[in-house]
Amino acid sequence: MTDQSLHPPIVNVALMPAMAPPADVRPGPVTWIKRNLFSTPSSAALTICFVLLAVWLLHQFLSFAVIKAVWSGGRDACRANPEGACWPFIAEKFDYLRYGAYPVSERWRVDLTQTIGAILIVWLLWTRAPRRKLAAMLFFVFYPVAAFVLLRGVALLHLPVIDTTLWGGLLITLLMSIVGIVFSLPFGVILALGRRSDLPMVKAVCVTFIEVVRGVPFITVLFMANFMMPLFVPDYLTPDRLLRPLIAIALFSSAYMAEVVRAGLQAIPKGQYEAAKALGISYFDMMRLIVLPQALTIVIPSIVSTFIGLFKDTTLVAIVGIADFLKAVETARVDPNWAGPTISSTGYLFAGLVYWAFCFGMSRYSQSMERQLARGHKS
Amino acid sequence: MRSTLKGLIAVAMACTASSAWSATLDNVKKNGVLTCGTNSATAGFSLPDNEGKWTGFVVDYCRAVAAAVLGDAQKVKFIPLTPKDRFTALQSGEIDILAHNATWTSSRDMSLGILFAGTYFYDGQGFMVRKADNITSAKGLDGASICVTQGTTTELNLADYFRSQSIKYTTVGFADEEAVVKAYEEGRCDVLSADTSTLNASRLRMAKPDDSIVLPELISKEPLGPAVRQGDDQWFNVAKWTLYVMVAAEEFGVTSKNVDAMKSSDNPNIRRLLGVEGSIGKDIGLGDNWPVEVIKQVGNYGEVFDRNVGKDSPLKMERGLNALWNKGGIQYAPPIR
Repeated sequence: MTDQSLHPPIVNVALMPAMAPPADVRPGPVTWIKRNLFSTPSSAALTICFVLLAVWLLHQFLSFAVIKAVWSGGRDACRANPEGACWPFIAEKFDYLRYGAYPVSERWRVDLTQTIGAILIVWLLWTRAPRRKLAAMLFFVFYPVAAFVLLRGVALLHLPVIDTTLWGGLLITLLMSIVGIVFSLPFGVILALGRRSDLPMVKAVCVTFIEVVRGVPFITVLFMANFMMPLFVPDYLTPDRLLRPLIAIALFSSAYMAEVVRAGLQAIPKGQYEAAKALGISYFDMMRLIVLPQALTIVIPSIVSTFIGLFKDTTLVAIVGIADFLKAVETARVDPNWAGPTISSTGYLFAGLVYWAFCFGMSRYSQSMERQLARGHKS
Repeated sequence: MRSTLKGLIAVAMACTASSAWSATLDNVKKNGVLTCGTNSATAGFSLPDNEGKWTGFVVDYCRAVAAAVLGDAQKVKFIPLTPKDRFTALQSGEIDILAHNATWTSSRDMSLGILFAGTYFYDGQGFMVRKADNITSAKGLDGASICVTQGTTTELNLADYFRSQSIKYTTVGFADEEAVVKAYEEGRCDVLSADTSTLNASRLRMAKPDDSIVLPELISKEPLGPAVRQGDDQWFNVAKWTLYVMVAAEEFGVTSKNVDAMKSSDNPNIRRLLGVEGSIGKDIGLGDNWPVEVIKQVGNYGEVFDRNVGKDSPLKMERGLNALWNKGGIQYAPPIR
């Protein structure tokens, strides 16, 4: 080892200050635009075209929905203005769109149910909330009972029974989606595990169920449940008109969910299963602690896609005479007291915005969830 | 496919033993509520209002039956049905009576296990034209282009009618009624053809409804009526005579306002209609007072028509064929005696 102090260094030990990058690669909005939008003449032309198109579309939309829209008044005000949306129509029909024919004096029950549901869902989904296990317990056990008691009513508790033929609007859409979502995940997991099971009987049952349900369109299932079942079973055994599509949607979404979950299960290397078995971990502990947490994390995007699809599929129940949100919009727009050239467009625009808000919310939540879980994975 | 379905239905009907159905009247009385299948949303005929309460022409017919049987027009449970499931719902016993915009046809009466109990609304395919075109009759439609909804009997009726009149025309078809109306408004065709009950509602949705008129001719017969299951004659009578009582009440000038005063009328027709004389209640298994309840709570035929689709409603339909037989229409009630 040489003594460095004897030989003062002849090279500069301090780092040279960094020079500014050349102008055309300097990071910043201008460079980004230049590189991504105007790199070649054809790309520049495309950019200009699409910007113009986007501006025009946005202008059309805003002009209809906001600028030229009618915000107050009645049918005559809307009729006088065929250029813009008729928001007073939505305002007047708003309660109908939310509750359907649910009796006015009892609508607080729907509000209460939905508020409790919203609080529990936020509690359950917000990862930093305290005692989320309690929230899960409340949501999956207490809430369905409470919702049933509140929405349908129990005469003993002085809550008059509200026949399900009176339910409608957003209430039905949310009910259908929540039942579908809440039932499909656990049933889907069970079916997926069953399909990969070594027990031939279990496997056969699961495969048959999944393939049969996935092999028929949802509309067919609804038709069968609604029109054929009452013909074959006696009157007193026929389930309620609303319950039939609820059962159908729960079964249908579970079959799809099962295949999504199976994709996740297959992505887990076989070595993990074998290692777990070698360590003497039981089948259920292996699934609960090792396989499923990883498998489900992998398929979050697909699960959420299925949920979003399910949410939108609930509109199909209108075919069997259930007045869901979209059907309520359709009904409202037929009202001859409001008939006018912009009523239908306004109704459908509103329906689109509501569905978009829910689906976009779900999609954003899943993305943030994915990021969180992915971070946990890497560290 | 169709025949298989029919076979299945027939088997199912045989299995579920018709004895349970034979006494619909008793069932309705026992349940204290009439279950009525209606259209899910048709302007003027059956539509929930802002609070979800059902209103409309066929809805009022159901309320009249409830008033007759249960004495209370509000004791009705409405089940909205699509054209696809309306007859199945009746066959399966899910509803007690079907009050839909369903056309009474021979095949429906003969092969579906149901019976139509009369005609509450004589509908038919008609034409709407622009006033500016100065057309006053369908015979003046030579060379016209006609907007229609595709895949319905509308196109077939047009073909039949114009061939018999040897008039040339072209059709412009669209998938749904909304698109048809839009096309007509944009001037893509000269004429809009549909059932008159729809034409009037369509016209209201236009930007300038007053620029169009509905021509007087009807080129098809669409008698809309209530239907019940076969094999229950008592219930069939209830459905049929509730309607006739309303029509007769209009004929004799009995309205919801004056029905109580009319009970002391000297006219024997009115006295028999209102159950003061004769046996209109006993024979059918209802109280003597039932026609009074129907008229008091729901109204006579003319009142129901005017309120829902006629001059007091936004639809402003003409009575046309639905006027009484002695006023130029064909609504006619057999004598009550």
